[in-house]
Formats: sequence, C-alpha cells, structure tokens
Amino acid sequence: MKRDGLKYRIKRRVKAFIIYLFLSIVTVVCLFPLAWMLSSSLKSQSTIFSDMSIIPRNPIWSNYAEAFIKGKFWIYMTNSIFYTTLVVFGIVIVSSWAAYAFSRLKFPGSGLFFNMFLAAMMIPLPGSFVPLYVLVNNVKKIIISGLHYISPFLLRFFSEDTVLQIFSFIEQQFYPRSVYIFCMINVGLSLSIYILKTFFDKMPKELEEAARIDGCSKMGIWRHVAMPLARPAIAVIVIFNTLNVWNEYILAQLILTQNNAMPLQRGLMVFQGVYVTQYPLLMAGITMTVVPILIVYLAMQKHIIKGMTAGALVG
Amino acid sequence: MLKIRSGYLKEQMANLSFALPAIVIFAIFYIYPFFKVFQLSLCNWDGISPFVFSQHFVGLRNFKDVMADRIWWESMWHAVYITLIALTFQNALALALALACDQEIRARNFFRVIFFIPPILSEVVVGLIWNWIYDGNYGLLNHWLKILGLHHWAHNWLSDPTTALTCIAVVHSWKGFGWGFIILLAGLQTIPRQLYEAAKVDGANSWQIFLKVTVPLMIPVFILVSILTILGSMQVFILIISIMGQGLAYHTEVPVTRILASMLGSSQFGYACAQGVVFGIVLIILSFGQKRLSRYFRQE
Amino acid sequence: MSNNKDIILWKHKIIPKIMGIILFVFCSLNIFGCFQPSKSKSQNSPSVGQKKKIVVWHWMTDRHDYFLELAKKYKDLTGVEVVFELYAPSDAYSQKIRAAGQAFTIPDIFGILAEKRDFGAFVKAGHLADLSQELNKDNGAWRKQFVKGALEVNEFLPNNEFGVKPGIYGIPIDIMTIQLLYNKKLFRQAGLDPDRPPRTWDEFIAAARKLRDAGIQGLVSGWGEIWMIYCFATNYAFNIMGEEKVFATFRGEVPYTDPDWIQVFSLFKQLSDENLLATGIVTMVNKKAEQTFANELAAFAFNGSWCVNVYEGMNPNLDYGVIMPPSFSQKYPMKIWGAAGSSFVVNDRSLRKNEAIAFLKWLTMEEQQLYLLKTTKNPPSNKNCLTKISPLLYEFTKQMDNSTHPNIWPAHEFPVVIERFNKGIQSIIIKEKTPEQLGRELQELKEQELKRQKEK
Repeated sequence: MKRDGLKYRIKRRVKAFIIYLFLSIVTVVCLFPLAWMLSSSLKSQSTIFSDMSIIPRNPIWSNYAEAFIKGKFWIYMTNSIFYTTLVVFGIVIVSSWAAYAFSRLKFPGSGLFFNMFLAAMMIPLPGSFVPLYVLVNNVKKIIISGLHYISPFLLRFFSEDTVLQIFSFIEQQFYPRSVYIFCMINVGLSLSIYILKTFFDKMPKELEEAARIDGCSKMGIWRHVAMPLARPAIAVIVIFNTLNVWNEYILAQLILTQNNAMPLQRGLMVFQGVYVTQYPLLMAGITMTVVPILIVYLAMQKHIIKGMTAGALVG
Repeated sequence: MLKIRSGYLKEQMANLSFALPAIVIFAIFYIYPFFKVFQLSLCNWDGISPFVFSQHFVGLRNFKDVMADRIWWESMWHAVYITLIALTFQNALALALALACDQEIRARNFFRVIFFIPPILSEVVVGLIWNWIYDGNYGLLNHWLKILGLHHWAHNWLSDPTTALTCIAVVHSWKGFGWGFIILLAGLQTIPRQLYEAAKVDGANSWQIFLKVTVPLMIPVFILVSILTILGSMQVFILIISIMGQGLAYHTEVPVTRILASMLGSSQFGYACAQGVVFGIVLIILSFGQKRLSRYFRQE
Repeated sequence: MSNNKDIILWKHKIIPKIMGIILFVFCSLNIFGCFQPSKSKSQNSPSVGQKKKIVVWHWMTDRHDYFLELAKKYKDLTGVEVVFELYAPSDAYSQKIRAAGQAFTIPDIFGILAEKRDFGAFVKAGHLADLSQELNKDNGAWRKQFVKGALEVNEFLPNNEFGVKPGIYGIPIDIMTIQLLYNKKLFRQAGLDPDRPPRTWDEFIAAARKLRDAGIQGLVSGWGEIWMIYCFATNYAFNIMGEEKVFATFRGEVPYTDPDWIQVFSLFKQLSDENLLATGIVTMVNKKAEQTFANELAAFAFNGSWCVNVYEGMNPNLDYGVIMPPSFSQKYPMKIWGAAGSSFVVNDRSLRKNEAIAFLKWLTMEEQQLYLLKTTKNPPSNKNCLTKISPLLYEFTKQMDNSTHPNIWPAHEFPVVIERFNKGIQSIIIKEKTPEQLGRELQELKEQELKRQKEK
C-alpha cells in the first residue's frame, strides 16, 4: 500500500504539472495579443510599428485621456450602457416568457413558431437592411402625421415652443432609440429562446406542480420557480447579448441619426479616418471599451457555475 | 360544453400571450424583411432605382446564376474549411481546457476569466491585432520565429494562398474557443462526482473514465457546441475583412463577403439576395444533418 | 391568500389584453410598411417646425471636425444652419445612402461613394439635382473657378451609355491625382541619383533591380484594395494601346486575349518574377502601403495626393519626390487618374435646394478652400488656390492635364469583369496564373456578360 501511495503521489504531481503547463501555454497565447494591444496603446503614432517591445520605454499614458476626450466617450459610453441595459433586460424578459411558453404551455402554433425561431438562427438576412429601413421610416412618417394631427389639441395646454420640443424629441431621440432597442432585441431573440427552452425542458415538473397547488398563476410559476432555476442560462444569454449590443455599429448607423445617440463603436470610428488611422488612440479606446464587458462577465460567470449543481444546462 | 370550450380557448390565448411579445418583435424585424428579401431575390435590381416588382421580376434566373457561380461555391468551401478547423481544433482545445479546469480547483476562476477574453474583443479589433502579428514586414510572428532561430519558417503568412485561409481559421478558433470552453465546463460540472468515484473504485483509469462516463453524459453539450460552432463559423466575415482587407484573389472569400460584393460592389441587389437565400438553405441542411447525428448518438 | 389570488388573476387578465392591443398596433404598422413611400415633395417636409436647416451626410472622418467649423462660420454669416452627419466607414455609408434612397429620406446634400453607373442610377431615380444651370449662370462664373477636369467627373454628356439626362450633378470640394512616388534617401543608399528618377519602364526596372540588390523593397501600393490595381493597370493600358482601343475592349469589340492586354498583364508578372514588389503587396490596404513607404521600407509608392498629409503625420522627415508612372511605350501618352477627390451632390426633392446650392457655392469659394487646404492638405478644387499649395502637392496637381478617370470614360466595363480583372492580376502577382490564362478567362467572362446583357 505504501509503495502504491508514493507512485500515486508522483503520478498526481506529474499530471498536475502537465495540466498547469498546458493551461499556461494557452493563457499566454490568449493574453499575448491583448498585451500587445495594451502596449500599443501606450506608444506614439510614429513608433507604433518600429518599436517591437512589449513594454514601451516611455509609456504615453495621456493616450487614454486623449482617446476619451477625442472620441467623446462619455456620450457614447453612456449610450452603449443605456442600449445594452434595456436590450438585455428586454431580451431576458421576452425570451424567458416565450421559452417558458414553448416549453411548458400549450397553445396553437407553438411548434411552428419555435421552429421559425430556430430557422431564424440559421438563415442570415443580408439585404434585410433595406426593407427594415423603409419600414422604420414609413412608421416614423405615420407617427409624425399623428403628432401633427393632435398638435392643435396639445397647443391648448402648452406653449408652441414646448410642443415643438416634445415633437422634436420624439422624432429624433425617442423613436430611433426605441426602434434600435427593439431591433437589437430581435437579433438576440432566437438563440436566447433556444437556450432557455432547453433549460426549461429539464425543469422538474414536481416543483411546478407544487407551486400550482399553492395557487400560483402561470406568471407566478414563471417568476418564482422557472427563473431562479434558469439562472445559469440567463447568465449565459446576458453575457452573449451584452457582447452583441456592445460591439454593434452597423444597425446603429442605419437607424440612428443623431450623433449623440450613437453607441461606443462610433467613438472608435473617429480614430479610423479615411486616410489616417490613429493607432495608439484606437488601441487605447478599444481597451477602454473592453473593461465594462469584462466587469459584466465577471459578475455573471459566478452564476453560471453556482447554479450548476441544481440542474443541467442541457440534458 | 360551450363553457368548457371557451375556457379552454381562453387558456390557450393566455398561454399564447406569454410568447406574444417575442413573436410580434420577430414578425416585424425578421419575418417581414425575410419575405421582402425573398421577393427581391426574384428580381434584377440594383438597389438604387425605385423598386417596382413587376418591372424587375426575373423569376428564378438569379438562383440559376448562383448555382452556376464557381466562385460562390469556392467561397462556400472556404467557409466549410474554416468551420471544420473550428469544429476539430477549436473544440478539441476547448474540451481539453474544460477537462483540465474541471479537475484543478485552484485558480480555476482565474483561467475561466482569461480564456473568455478573446470572445469579448470585437472582430474588428481581433482582425487588426492579428494582422499585425502575421504581417510580413513588421509581424510579431516572424519576429519571434527569427529570434527562436527558425528563419526559414518566417513567411508572408497572409499573402501566400496556401497559408492565408488557415491563418484566418486559426484566428477564428482563437477567438471562439472561449465560448466552447465555458459551455463545456458548465456541462462537465453537472456530472455528479460520485460517478467518477464509483468508476475509480471499479478500477478504471482516466482514459476509460473519460470514454465511459464523461462522453456519454456530455453528448448533448457536444451537440449544442457543434451547432453553435457551425452557425458561427459559416457566417464569419467581419474578421476576414478586418484581417485581409478585400482578400487575396478569391482565396479568402466566404459566402457573406461574396454577398456584400454583389450588393455594394456590383450593385446586383437581387442576385445578392438570391445568394443569401441559397446560403440560408445550405445552413439549414447542415443544421439538420447535425440534428440527425444527434438523434443517432442519443439512441446509442 | 385569496387577496393574492385576486391580484394574480387581475394581472393574468390585464397582461393578455395589453398584449392584444400591442399586437393590433404592430400589425397595422406592419401593413403600412408594405406601402411604397410616396415620392411627392410633401413627404420631405421639414419635420415638425425646424427652421432653415441643411443636412449633409458624408463619410470623411478626417475632415468632420473641419466641416463643423465651416458650418459654424456659415451660420454666423447667413443664419442658415448646416448639420454635418458622419457615417463611417464607407461601407456603412454606402448602405445607409442606398437605404435612404429607397425610403426617400435622402438629406439635402450628400456624397456618392460609387462608380458612374450607380451615380447614373441615382440620377435616374430623380434623387440628384442638375446643377449645370447654376454653374453656367453669370457667364459661367461658378463653373470657371474649378480646376480643369474636376467637374467633368460629375458630368453626364449627351448620348451617354447610361441613358442619363445630360448635366452636371456634383460639385467637387477637392481634387486628387494618383502617381508614383520615390524615396530620395533610399535612392542615394542604392547608388541611384535622386534627381534623375526613372522616366521609362526600362529605367524603372533597372532602378528597382538596383534597389532590390541593395536589400530595399521596390514598389509598394495598396493592391489589397483592388481598385488601385485597376488604376495602375489602366494607366499602362492607355500607354500601351491608346485610349480608343481600351474603350473598344470595354464595348466588347476587342478581346482581352489581345497581345496588348497580355502585355499589360505581363508588366505585373515581370515585377513579381524579379521580386521588385514589396512583400505582401496583394493583401495590403492603402493605409498599410502608406506605412511601409513612410517607414522607408520601400523605395517606390503608387499612391494618391492625399498621401502628402498622411506621410507628414507618419514621418515628417520623409524625403521623397513625385513622378508620372514611367511610360512603357512611346506611342501613346501615359495617363494617370486624376479628378475630383470628393464631391457633394444635392437632393433634387429637397425643399431647401436653393439654400443647399448656395452653401456649396460658399464651400468652394477661395477662402473656404484655403481653410480646407490648410487643415486637410488635400489639393483644392478651386483653381485660384493652386498658387498657395505646397511644392509637393503642386507636383501632384500639375499633371492634371494628363489625367483621366473612369467617370469620364465613354465606355465602361462590367463590374464583375473588373473584379475578375483585378483579382486575376493578384493571382499573377502571387504566381498562380499566367497573363495568357487571365486574358482567356476574362474574355470568357466578358462574353458571358455580353450575352446576358443582350438577353435583357
């Protein structure tokens, strides 16, 4: 037994060493480009390609301040946080309702609709921006005519300036931002519903029965039983959709018109001119955009693993 | 009878209302554009002139052209190549890392954070950074190869038709393995420890434990990861544009870049939509193939 | 407990009702979305009580701040507010302007980032205002202040191949030419005389060989952006076979297997075979090529006049000169691409058309052009300013007389053939195809496209 014990311990040590070596190599490969990005953000435009060192001799910390100011990050970052929060919140609610319905409730067409969502994951729609844009603008015109229609009524209570301001706000801020939010909710909907449905399918029926006996309505079951159990899946879709919205700019440019409604990627575009790209500022800007996502991920990843013992992610 | 009927209908409607917000949003932002795109694929339109369906309708001619377009199918093969590399190397790596992290209790959180950093970066950034690394003149890769004494391996990675696509596939896998890692790790953590203990007591070594215990329980997770990998890798394009510009003489084209070229470059909007529809059909076929495989494995 | 039940039941009833209402609203909106937007002018009415405001869409990130300055100045001067909206990068801009064209939400002033055919499509769709009347007013006062060749790019001549009503539809705000640059310091290093740069192709090859033997890369250019390949190739095509034959090829009268075209392709083959090109040139975007030249890794660069500003930012000590691409044949003149750099067009349906035109007039006046020249260092389109540009920029602009541009050619090639042409040359450079193979392939594709055009 004693001999076996020693051999066993050595074997375990060697195994641990190999595992740690493997993990370290992958860590370096993972982190290296990131380190390169960080070190580039501290160099100057003229040395950024000639200086090969990872730690620049004279780090230019002011690049970060300059990028922040030049890229108007406080506006764009606020916008991004705004959009991301609303979109993620919206997706979690909407997709969990839908996934719960597809999984546990019967209604006509549930199979059909679910398969449509699945198909949407697989069929990308290039060129969809044209009909989308036309639709968005048609609706905008309808809303504007509607506003014109009720303006005499409003003019009785408010001054003309106020009415104009309200209308202008609705047309230029409220409407495009809302459309963008709904558009982004749609983008993440299919995958979120798919993940949540597979999760809800594994939910033990007994808990549901118990809640129903206690007099819980369907909404109550959703809120008190399904959602807490689905926490890991919800964490996954939170992360996934946060990433999607945070890194998105094509739809934003299409739908939004005001500069102060644009998300973060717009700030980065400022450094990528038609003729000149200001690389150090760009790298500094990118580093600043990565930090908030990292924070969200750190907050969410605890949920992924914590709830694991209570139920499987997929079965 | 009627009362029960109406009660039943009412309940069904109430159930429907749960899914309604999702369906409504989906209808507006996906189904409506979907029909429009399909309609456009039957037309010959440049994207600029006012669109009149009767005037621009050409029937299935666009689809015939797509099927005959050699470059389109080459680009499809490039996407499949990238997907295959992702399915094998990327997911094998993710699995290995997940297994390693499953066992090591110490520093597991640290690694979980580190390995998820590549997916967080946007594709534009990743393309930019790896373009620097692969660059023939300033590239870090060549720089480090020379330092290690392997001059003859220093290469024009992105300008060589034999290596360009593989380099892109490597970057894509680098960016993507973090997702596979997270999902696989979560799946591994659901396997009750007692099964491992029982197997060890029965005298099984690590490899047998892996084959007989881990793999069968992980098959659903493998399938989920595969589907996500296939769908994500086939649709890669921002990465390619970011790392290669307009590509190397058709060697690095993928379906989405071809669609963009038709849409914005040659102003053949209808043709681009037809390409999009064909692409969607290919993806559906691939996904159904996956599902069939999954059913086969589950029955085993 | 029953109290809770009541609340729960109440929630249960209200929510479906709200959903129903939302569904109804959305459905009706969706139905409205199917209608074609009406083209009448009233649809472009200023949305809810805005005063005179001109909206400009553009993609020029580098100039955005300076545009904003000019807009402020204009407002102080005339009280008219000009709003510049930036949409970048150019792909996103192209998508937006096309979508806006469909929805008839085009702004008052915008730029067209497209070739002549798409430009023509915009005109035919009625989006662009014909500015020739304004230009010819007062005995052509506005028209005469532009550098020769700058306006022609935006002009459609009578009987043009696109079937567009003749007229001038765009106003250039700067000009550019694309020529060859050479690094004087590297010349000296290789033992070449920086004051006697190569004038013929043979001299060029000889110089490049000497540079190569001295360990310096030869020619760098943004040939990852395939239009630059087209520029270089057509320059030499004009030089080797003359304009008429090139246009005849576009019309389908001359095949791409013609020896003159094979000669054009062989130029690239020669450069590649003798290692006279910079490493990785086929995947270089223009910015990368500019870096390479600015960091003195290559001795020749094929680039446009915008590079003066870029190089100054990257390496102020760069010592370089500008020359025409060395001519291969003496039979026909060497031509370079030169024309309007960026142009603005006016929305024909805009209610503020006159104010927009007035603003463009102001923008192209000497003072504003000088301001843009000072800040962006792009050659101005106003010829009265040409005396005030730096010597290097002058080298670029003095060749405007020898310039041409696809937008003023009487015949055009199919976009798919152009794409194959450029990618084919990339294949030649990476030694995958021979010039003869490319010629055959192009001719095959061309015949296919001609057949298809006849079927329409």
